[in-house]
Amino acid sequence: MPEEMSKLEIRSALPKCARLDSKPHLFCPGCGHPEVLKALGFAVDELGLQRRIAFGVDIGCSLLAWDFFDFDTVETHHGRTVPVMVGLRLGNPEAIAVAYVGDGGAYAIGAGHLLNAAIRNDNILTIVVNNGLYAMTGGQEAPTTHPGWKVKTAPYGADQYYIKAPEIIRNVNPAAFVARGITSRQPELRQLMKDALQHINGNHGFAFLEVLSQCPLNWKTMDSAEATFRVLEQEHAKLFPTGRF
Amino acid sequence: MSEKNFLMGNEVLGRAARAAQADAMYGYPITPASEIMHFWAGEAGSEAGHDQGLVFQQAEDEIGAGFMLIGGVLAGRRAFTATAGPGHVLMQDAFAMAEAMRLPVVAYIMQRGGPSTSTVIYSQQEVTLACFGGNGNGFRIVYAPSTLQELFDYGLKVFNTAWKYRFPTFLLGDGYLAKMLGEVELYDPAERGLEIVPTEPYLLEKKRGIDLKNVIPSPELEVRYSDGVEYACLRNCLNMEEETLTVNQEIKAAWDKMAKEVVEHEYVGQSAAKTVVVAQGIVAAAARQAVQEASGSVGLFRPITLNPFPVEALRRSVAGAERIIIAESAYNQLGRMVKDALYGQVQVPITEYYRPSMSILPEEIAELIKDNVAV
Ligand SMILES: Cc1ncc(C[n+]2csc(CCOP(=O)(O)OP(=O)(O)O)c2C)c(N)n1
Ligand code: SF4
Repeated sequence: MPEEMSKLEIRSALPKCARLDSKPHLFCPGCGHPEVLKALGFAVDELGLQRRIAFGVDIGCSLLAWDFFDFDTVETHHGRTVPVMVGLRLGNPEAIAVAYVGDGGAYAIGAGHLLNAAIRNDNILTIVVNNGLYAMTGGQEAPTTHPGWKVKTAPYGADQYYIKAPEIIRNVNPAAFVARGITSRQPELRQLMKDALQHINGNHGFAFLEVLSQCPLNWKTMDSAEATFRVLEQEHAKLFPTGRF
Repeated sequence: MSEKNFLMGNEVLGRAARAAQADAMYGYPITPASEIMHFWAGEAGSEAGHDQGLVFQQAEDEIGAGFMLIGGVLAGRRAFTATAGPGHVLMQDAFAMAEAMRLPVVAYIMQRGGPSTSTVIYSQQEVTLACFGGNGNGFRIVYAPSTLQELFDYGLKVFNTAWKYRFPTFLLGDGYLAKMLGEVELYDPAERGLEIVPTEPYLLEKKRGIDLKNVIPSPELEVRYSDGVEYACLRNCLNMEEETLTVNQEIKAAWDKMAKEVVEHEYVGQSAAKTVVVAQGIVAAAARQAVQEASGSVGLFRPITLNPFPVEALRRSVAGAERIIIAESAYNQLGRMVKDALYGQVQVPITEYYRPSMSILPEEIAELIKDNVAV
């Protein structure tokens, strides 16, 4: 019964709050998104918060997470997940409101929402998956695209400017939880998720976690896990230092 | 107990929201709607407002306010916003999501001149935007009050309509009504036998009265149970054209059922009149006066719901007409709806009087009626 076996294997690799019947998921093989989601799920399991989570997912590859968990979940519009979660949390102070957004959604089209939620110290957790480009729409330039990276809308190489968001958030909100993690260091990422969730669970206000994540499809490293890992650890993590801010 | 008050239009709306037991407002300042938000900020910040858990949030822009409003409704709040002109444009993004997922967001829209920033007092140029502004099929209910008293009556009613039928529901006023001062009768809906339709969270509600499956189009909803707890997942991004067709068909079926019960109009003057004036909102107030003072066979047809549009009632009202006059403070926005409703139904001439962003006085309408009678 190889199928049953694989379900069992999937179950043991997944947090309890993950939905089994929406697996295997629809992300590309080797994608970082599921790694981020798993870290979140394990943290939720450990803290026993599953029933109180309102999970908002953005349009971008994050939307593929719309049925990843047994959480009450809403898929919003591109860049608009932060305000939906802000409005929801104001309406229901018991909710643990988590916005799950790509770097384009968070730092380009939704930048005004993100910055102002941080300034207002809104009691939500925003998780931003930083893969250095717009993945879902085929690899266009994002505010996180590395200088010189050749992407669809910067075929001769992106310019030298890019955003360091946690650093900015820290600047506008000294009380917020602010950190940057990376998919390749799971125990650390899980701990960051837990601390971020605890921050909003304790009503301490805005929590912000950027996660450096791989997009093998648009990084054109699909055929080599080593190449993906090299870009992630040696290029991405170099440009965007991980840690707490 | 009902009481007469001398109030400004925007405050009337703030009080209507309170009487309707609204409990959350998200907004962004814009003339001529800002006083609605000022009123609400005062209410929410007061001791009573605190005790009642009233929510108020000034957003970073109208896109933010619109999506916060969606969050508030998902949390089960009787939530609303107020906006105008360019702010109304920005809110269409959120309104489209509310249409797709049948989220009963409420908005008080006080039209201003357009296009662009323009003027802030008199205008009916947001009719098309209010009714059909999203990237879909206009599945939103739009009421057009024409007096201060109706600001209260319909300001109250929009919440009940929204939550009873689960459609985005808007009150479409204008800067003139917003800033007008006058006497208004405020009342507790209970005294009039008006029940307040209960709200219910879409998310984080573990004991539902209304099954989400009866509200949200089926391709957009997944409900599962884990350890005896229900979890709902809502989406609006679909994979297949057939799913989008299903979404639209399911919303349309609910819309058609709702429309029969919700559609409203007013008719003033002689029945089967030879000259029928069609006007809405503040222009209808002027037309009402003109028609009442006119001699001869004259009537006013006034759609109260611009969407759904009272098509059948309009057709009946002009059945004996020899002339139809459409007057509005815009180019051909109400006009288009009227002509669409009457296409193939009447053979009579239509006079179209369009004055974008200008007031239309009873005397102007009286002149139009006279001209028509003479022709
Ligand atoms: C208002 C709007 N503009 C544009 C799009 C098209 N769009 C969908 S996803 C996306 C970019 C996604 O990139 P990112 O947010 O970085 O997420 P990723 O796919 O990389 O996870 C864009 C531009 C849209 N859905 N809505
Ligand atoms: S395109 Fe990139 S981010 Fe999107 S699922 Fe594929 S690998 Fe993941």
